Amino acid sequence: MKVLLELFITFAKMGVVTFGGGYAMLPILQRTVVDDKKWATEEEILDYYAIGQCTPGIIAVNTATFIGYKQKGILGGISATLGVIFPSIIIIGIISAFLKNFSDLAVVQHAFAGIRVCVGVLILNAVIKLWKGAVKGKVTAAIMFFVLIISAFTDISSVLIVIAAGIFGLFFAGKIQNKGAEKK
Amino acid sequence: MSALLLLYFEFLKIGLFAVGGGLATLPFLYDLESKYTWLTAAMIGDMVAISESTPGPMGVNMATYVGFQNSGVIGSVIATLGLITPSIIIIIIIANILVKFKESKIVKNVFYTLRPAATGLIASAGLSVIMLAIFKTNITAFTFSKFDFKCLLLFIFMIIFTWKTKFHPIVAIAISGAIGILFSF
Repeated sequence: MKVLLELFITFAKMGVVTFGGGYAMLPILQRTVVDDKKWATEEEILDYYAIGQCTPGIIAVNTATFIGYKQKGILGGISATLGVIFPSIIIIGIISAFLKNFSDLAVVQHAFAGIRVCVGVLILNAVIKLWKGAVKGKVTAAIMFFVLIISAFTDISSVLIVIAAGIFGLFFAGKIQNKGAEKK
Repeated sequence: MSALLLLYFEFLKIGLFAVGGGLATLPFLYDLESKYTWLTAAMIGDMVAISESTPGPMGVNMATYVGFQNSGVIGSVIATLGLITPSIIIIIIIANILVKFKESKIVKNVFYTLRPAATGLIASAGLSVIMLAIFKTNITAFTFSKFDFKCLLLFIFMIIFTWKTKFHPIVAIAISGAIGILFSF
């Protein structure tokens, strides 16, 4: 019970400080779940994101379910997920009820113009951390940059990109590692 | 009651078919708008703006907002629960399989290339957030015309701040929000 409550509260706190979708949550997850609570490793978080990308549902919710399940089974998954959505329900409820023109307020727009810059920096820092766990040599570095370019400059869906990368690994990862092609 | 049940199942469908994050739910919401009278296109526009300017994952914020328009607080709870039901079931099944096959060569091989690919996707998301914040434009339609020097300064300051200090990310977010208000970003 204590663990379930801790999962709920921890994820509720993360829900409060996530501005703008699953990717914006990543730096917060790294700090809270990996560094502070030690509930998962950098690599595991990356795996959850990859899976969350090509399964239905919102990435933040999928990641919460994964981490909760790993800690305390099905109930853990449900507690973490309810935690991450809890602040949204309260905040959006209040805004919908009392502040119909909330997003038009000048002060809100100025604050979010600043916050968006910060979220960009935080995601950049998150990528640098993930790099160490994901890029083991030349081939994996090439995959990373290839996906970055494809995803930034084309409309190819990230679902397809993740599936293609997985299939590539299924057939070639063994060869890449054996042949020593991954030397740095 | 039946209205709430309908709301739950409409969002359950969205949760089941919207693959890849909050914005992926948008086309499904436009479907709802053409089916029901309680949701209008203008409301969807407002909803995107509010979801982007409040904390919390965007998809969840959208479900909460639409549910609230439909039937108040209970509506937001029902819509959000509908949205996350498929995720919880699907992810628990996958997590269960992963735990069992964690040491298998096949799973290890798949993740060996999946991890750099996921890092690339996250880098691309970060790049588009930065482009939008500093140049107010998309990468594919890049232009210097709306370049925002104040945002570039904040960007550089935040890189130094986050690299030189060990504060929780929320401290950086709060400072950036305050700077945004103080200097009218």
